[in-house]
Amino acid sequence: MSPLWLRQIGAVLRLELKKTFFSKRGWWIYCLALGPVVITLLHWLFELRQGPEHHHTLGDDSTIFAALFLFFYLRATIFFGCMGIFSNLFRGEMLEKTLHYYFLTPMRRELLVAGKYLAGLAVALTLFVGSTAAAFLTLSRHFGPAWSDYLYHGPGLSQLGSYMLVAALGCVGYGAVFLMCGLLFRNPLIPAAVVFVWENLNPFLPDLLKKISIIFYLKSLCPVEVPVPPPFSVMVVESDPTPMWIAVPGLLAVAAILLIYSAISARQAEINYGE
Amino acid sequence: MSQTQITFANVSRFYGEVLGINNVSLSIPPGITSLVGPNGSGKTTLMNLMTGLIRPTQGEISVLGVAPDHPERLCRMVGYCAQFDAFPKGLTGHQFIYWFLRMHGMSHAECEEKTDAALERVNMTPAGNRQVGAYSKGMRQRIKLAQAIAHDPQVLVLDEPLNGLDPMARAETIALFRDWGAKGRYVIVSSHILHEVDQISDQVILLSQGYVVAEGQIQGVRSEVKEQPMQILVRCDNPGGLAARLFQDRHMVEAKISNDRKGLLLRTNDADSFYLLLNRVVLESGLEVESVAPADDDVNSVYQYLIGADGGAV
Repeated sequence: MSPLWLRQIGAVLRLELKKTFFSKRGWWIYCLALGPVVITLLHWLFELRQGPEHHHTLGDDSTIFAALFLFFYLRATIFFGCMGIFSNLFRGEMLEKTLHYYFLTPMRRELLVAGKYLAGLAVALTLFVGSTAAAFLTLSRHFGPAWSDYLYHGPGLSQLGSYMLVAALGCVGYGAVFLMCGLLFRNPLIPAAVVFVWENLNPFLPDLLKKISIIFYLKSLCPVEVPVPPPFSVMVVESDPTPMWIAVPGLLAVAAILLIYSAISARQAEINYGE
Repeated sequence: MSQTQITFANVSRFYGEVLGINNVSLSIPPGITSLVGPNGSGKTTLMNLMTGLIRPTQGEISVLGVAPDHPERLCRMVGYCAQFDAFPKGLTGHQFIYWFLRMHGMSHAECEEKTDAALERVNMTPAGNRQVGAYSKGMRQRIKLAQAIAHDPQVLVLDEPLNGLDPMARAETIALFRDWGAKGRYVIVSSHILHEVDQISDQVILLSQGYVVAEGQIQGVRSEVKEQPMQILVRCDNPGGLAARLFQDRHMVEAKISNDRKGLLLRTNDADSFYLLLNRVVLESGLEVESVAPADDDVNSVYQYLIGADGGAV
């Protein structure tokens, strides 16, 4: 039989998945995940109708996807999706006045945090990593054999792997941030707005401040660089990308620190539904 | 810290500047203990403190030797049916009990067995596979109770558990408390329904405005309320003659003869000397006494004497 802590985490994980995976409350998160796939699907269908003479190059599509990934996935879909999923893990229970059921079980609050986080992560990874892969594979299908060749014999699969890794790390990092916000703040939208502004200001921040963010490391891991259009390009502060061997463990370490802090907060948390 | 009692040592809890409970020291032995007091008297605060849902601002709490800030130990022996009428969304009654049992670390088979037993115990087996959201108020109350008892806890804490129950369910629930208390376990109940509290309680804790006004067995609490004369009902064949003889005692305050001319309701400041005098009168006069019983040592009377009808401590 598996150890007690593993069984307890497993129970929280399965209950949370059952409660939240296909909940009506999260419809907008599914729309967010589906949005880029629909866009790329429309792009594919549009290009099919146009005929081969109107196609732009595979390189163009690669840059389009890089921009879509950076501006749509990382800055919107994954950010807001994780906000919706993770900040509700505890705050949602408080609003629904059901958190005390969890607090009245004989499990360490640290395990409860871990179980809920893993459940949120499972949902986020399925939605956003899946969406990333689907969008990538759909975008350039109209190139036919050239696309297959790019995918299997060129840099395609490696790029897909990188995007999926970045999407997964985005879920890990933003998930930890928003789980903590949901535990510490009565209204997690306010800290989420602060984080959103901070993350979006990142290109314009000095080198040192850039590094106090999640988007900086995620961007460093993206396989294709997106040129910043004018007039924003004037304000961008150039910075060397962080190597993968620092970015990946660094992001995981930041997520771990945030989760440890969340676990300590959960340990000290009280049931106060504001009555 | 006692391993056999639930103890509060100088416990205070403030919500900002609002008083929850203040400087409470008490010991709760096995059996059924009722927390009685008006709204805002501190009953729920006391229950939330002993189940670890909130922490004391000062003082120490021990539940059978375990501090409530160790849920991994405390919640194995405590079941709490809280006042919140809310449930995790999308679960059936069976799933609601089953999944929270799984968090105890029990196996699937064990959880199934305990879930079925708990549903059976509160007569909810037929409704077990329906969504909790579709339950009536009484059914929700019973499913909460089933969830609280499912892991067979040593200490059962119940906040207004009889609310919303029909008379039949109420009787069954009271029987469950009695059964639990009779096994030497701890049942702590808060209720506004004083005559039911009176029926089931081994001891009461009277609370008012965050303070413990009185605690102990109800008769003991009543005898300590010296400023209110004790009421004693004597049924005999000559209540008028008895009243005339008893008024020799200087502690006697009032006597009323009942409408059927067979009962005498007496108020005395000293019950002990009254009983001695009554024995003497019966022996000397040959009076035929049918019954002698205290008339105001119930929770309702004690509540009125100590807390008052308006809920403010007297």
